[in-house]
Amino acid sequence: MSNVPSDLVYAKSHEWLKVSADGTALVGITDYAQNSLGDITFVQVPKVGATLKAGETFGVVESVKAASDVYSPVAGTVLEVNKALDSNPEKVNQAPYTDGWMLKLKLINPADSAALLSAEAYAKIIA
Amino acid sequence: MSVLQTTPLNAFHRQHGGRMVDFAGWDMPVQYKSILDEHKAVRQRCGLFDVSHMGEADVKGPDALRFLQHLVTNDCSKLFPGRILYTVMCYPHGGVVDDLLVYMRGENDYFLCINAGNIAKDIAWMQEQVKGFNCTVTDRSPDYGQIAVQGPRAIEIVQTLTQSALSEIKYYHFAEGQVAGVPCLISRTGYTGEDGVELYCPAGDTARLAEAVLAAGVPLGLELTGLGARDSLRLEAGFPLYGHEITEHINPIAAGLGWVVKFEKGPFLGSEILKTEKANGPARKIVFFKTGDRRIVRAGTPVLGPSGLEVGVVVSGTLSPIINEAIGSALVDSAAVKDELSVDIRGTKIIFQLLKPPFVPLKKN
Repeated sequence: MSNVPSDLVYAKSHEWLKVSADGTALVGITDYAQNSLGDITFVQVPKVGATLKAGETFGVVESVKAASDVYSPVAGTVLEVNKALDSNPEKVNQAPYTDGWMLKLKLINPADSAALLSAEAYAKIIA
Repeated sequence: MSVLQTTPLNAFHRQHGGRMVDFAGWDMPVQYKSILDEHKAVRQRCGLFDVSHMGEADVKGPDALRFLQHLVTNDCSKLFPGRILYTVMCYPHGGVVDDLLVYMRGENDYFLCINAGNIAKDIAWMQEQVKGFNCTVTDRSPDYGQIAVQGPRAIEIVQTLTQSALSEIKYYHFAEGQVAGVPCLISRTGYTGEDGVELYCPAGDTARLAEAVLAAGVPLGLELTGLGARDSLRLEAGFPLYGHEITEHINPIAAGLGWVVKFEKGPFLGSEILKTEKANGPARKIVFFKTGDRRIVRAGTPVLGPSGLEVGVVVSGTLSPIINEAIGSALVDSAAVKDELSVDIRGTKIIFQLLKPPFVPLKKN
């Protein structure tokens, strides 16, 4: 069974968002997504400073099997990217919600995250 | 959609957590836990693969050798009982019908191992070609299961289950014997570049054999390994895969398999065209590359010359879990092979470093 932590919100396209009180958020892909992709071999992320629209492709996650686009769940500016994934993309498989994070965003509209799925709603989608 | 074919190990794969996919019409495990970890297990310890989907055929009769010499490109007169030969069989136009192993069991008695996806085509082709020869070609595919035990500890593991002295079976040789009480053709071959054996057994005994090898192997680090690792291991070793490096349109000379094409033995299917191809050099040929980058260069990606013009196409590509960079093979215009070759991966230019495989040092036995 896939792990769906209750303190995160989710996009239908299998990304998670962890919102902090300061209006920033971490973004990654879900346990379900990493498991479906299999061994992740490469993660391509945007440049720091890039501005993303909600639903916009922000990068590519490659596994042995395929390369898949990943989408920003909300509009935001990229504050930081997870450089550790350059040499250790398998962190996304090992710890999708912690060490495998991909982006830190400054949300343009902090209220946007309310439109995303709760853990319960996301768990139903992947059931 | 048609129903997938299953091997005698289908339930075994499901019990052991195999992730099942459609491979050439067969319901097969692409992986159990991780393709990368399974790949490393084979290079470092041992892997157990189900290769029961592979096809088998008997060639028997007074003309068996004469027929095989006509059918395949390699020289089967070099065989003796217990010896195995790798070869291809070609169309008269030189393109490849399939690659295969030829086992000599005895005089007038040969056994072939062919690719799963080509069984129907190969059997039909051979039955057409055998007309006029005093021998028979019989499809034995449903009768056999086959497992491959591969890696530096493979022999040690299988030896615990058999009275046959495996150390006396040399590379590309075989013996008949019992493994875990199951009658097997024990073949010192494989598709990984590692030492090991491929065990052919009666289909109904395959699960018992696999369970026994698994139980004997786990304490020595054996892992169940799927087709994902099988593909990355064979590519890292530089072995061709039908449909990629060799096809109906890529002949063995272009594929770099000239060493299995023996003109000295006399005419065979495709020999005239292949002789010309060898003399003139192929217009396009298979090259192997690495990139120094982790982005996988997938089959179908156009290969670009220095001016950006397309000079070829990638036919196989993966990430080598051992050297941690993308590796692959491409069919490239021979005239362009000395130029800088590159591919465009999502807007990034990736330059090829061509090399002769294997991509990693392999211990041949």
